[in-house]
Amino acid sequence: MENKLIKQISIFAENKAGRLEKITEKLKSANINIRAFTIAEAGDFGVMRMVVDKPEQAHNVLHDAGFTVSETDVLGIEMSDSPGGLHEISTVLGSNDINVDYAYAFAMATQKALLIIRVDNINNAIEVLENSDIRLISMEEVNKI
Amino acid sequence: MIEYWEPLIERMPVDELKAIQEEKLKSLVHYVYNHSPFYKKRFDEAGISPNDIQSLDDVRKLPFTTKQDLRDTYPTGMFCVPQEQVVRYHASSGTTGKPTVVGYTENDIKEWSTSLARGLTSIGIGRGDVVQIGYGYGLFTGGLGLHYGVEMVGASAIPSSSGNTERQIELMQDLGSTAMACTPSYFLYVNEVFKKLGISIANDTKLKCGIFGAEPWSEEMRRRIEEQTGIKAYDIFGTSEISGPLFTECIYQDGIHIWADQFLIEVIDPETGEQLADGERGELVVTTLAKEALPLIRYRIGDLTAIKSGPCKCGRTHPRIMRILGRTDDMIIIRGINVFPGQVEAVLMDIPEVGEHYQLVVDRENELDTLTVQVEVTEDVFSDKISDLMVLEKKVTKALQTVLNISARVELVEPGTIPRSMGKAQRVIDNRKI
Repeated sequence: MENKLIKQISIFAENKAGRLEKITEKLKSANINIRAFTIAEAGDFGVMRMVVDKPEQAHNVLHDAGFTVSETDVLGIEMSDSPGGLHEISTVLGSNDINVDYAYAFAMATQKALLIIRVDNINNAIEVLENSDIRLISMEEVNKI
Repeated sequence: MIEYWEPLIERMPVDELKAIQEEKLKSLVHYVYNHSPFYKKRFDEAGISPNDIQSLDDVRKLPFTTKQDLRDTYPTGMFCVPQEQVVRYHASSGTTGKPTVVGYTENDIKEWSTSLARGLTSIGIGRGDVVQIGYGYGLFTGGLGLHYGVEMVGASAIPSSSGNTERQIELMQDLGSTAMACTPSYFLYVNEVFKKLGISIANDTKLKCGIFGAEPWSEEMRRRIEEQTGIKAYDIFGTSEISGPLFTECIYQDGIHIWADQFLIEVIDPETGEQLADGERGELVVTTLAKEALPLIRYRIGDLTAIKSGPCKCGRTHPRIMRILGRTDDMIIIRGINVFPGQVEAVLMDIPEVGEHYQLVVDRENELDTLTVQVEVTEDVFSDKISDLMVLEKKVTKALQTVLNISARVELVEPGTIPRSMGKAQRVIDNRKI
């Protein structure tokens, strides 16, 4: 089960010009590649979330630079890059009473799309998705995308 | 075992202490009347003769002295001795007005050091201790003042002064400091730097206590410091006009001991000037009973506190004052309501998720005062879920509303963004143009 989990890096940031630049600069100089990225804003502050190729190193680099960083387990779900792709996944989650805290997605070059979700009961979600023959993407696979 | 520097004086029965105060007060009024043209004029204008002061209660008849008087008579217009008898000067920076100058005779320095020697002994500092003095040395009274007290009790003083935090840490470790004296906000910053260096005050130093003052701080802040660093945090109090740092708590941390043989204290209603009963909160007024160069009659320090009567568990009989809530000139008025930064601190430090650094920003938007309280989000509480952060924001807002009776906007900011201070922390930014 462990290898189904994706380590997402979250960063607390004030809603101010230049904050993203500072963060990406740190990642760039540490040669860390971002695979998926999103910013959620809530008034004065925001939370940046990202999946990177070297999560531990990214965590350390950002922490040492004084940022408030946390690591969160999320799921990477492969979905079909066609109408109804997301609906297929949401049906499985919804009918099994799994609530999604947040999600972000992007299309890949392979007719597939990647959906990243955070749920409360992650183990339950893995079981439900696998029982419905939905493929979960591991950390290694994310790095190969 | 409780140690005393001068056990006979420190444990003297209250009525004997009062008799000493009365004698000293009676001779003080003659002394200032005869040696200070300022006080002669002040007494004459008030229609008071030194002979009118026959008991401690008569102190109420005497006019107050304020910081403005010291400014108006700059530099030495209130001194009672000629320059030849002055062995030291200190001066205020004058950032909030004209500077003020204070002076000391040889005996004044001795009395000052004695006051501190009693206080240091009462928190267990003596021969064998190493006291790192992180208060500024120079015109500010904090550094040199404490220094002479530390030497008097036979401890080793490290005059590290303020700033250069990594050097402070190096000295603390290499010379084995057992006590550090600085502002509480600076000590928190030192602790942050310790963490950054991957070491800790609890495990990697010999520090057993801190002597913290020069800015108001709350009981909740004390708890934080003690929990995080494993040291005992003691409050020290004083102000340059009445010498400098003078009084501390004892090991029971139950009020600051004011040496009655040297100083007479009252707490007054800041509006009416009337004396308040023990336990009632008001403005502290100090009369110096033993100073020669610059004695002050009923000096309005501006700090808000209450007198705690009754003997302390340590056996000392001198009156105590409660923790300083703030200063009359620290008070900010927001939409007609009085707010003290100390109240805000007490609320914030009671919420475990909130970090130790905070700042109050006051603005005026559309003729309406707004208060924004900025607090730092530490990694310990950051969960990645925005809803958790909003819950925290709401929790702080609600707690502030309950205590302050006004609504404040709470702003979560990144750690390290609120400026760290080497001396007195700047807690309030008032952007109002009034």
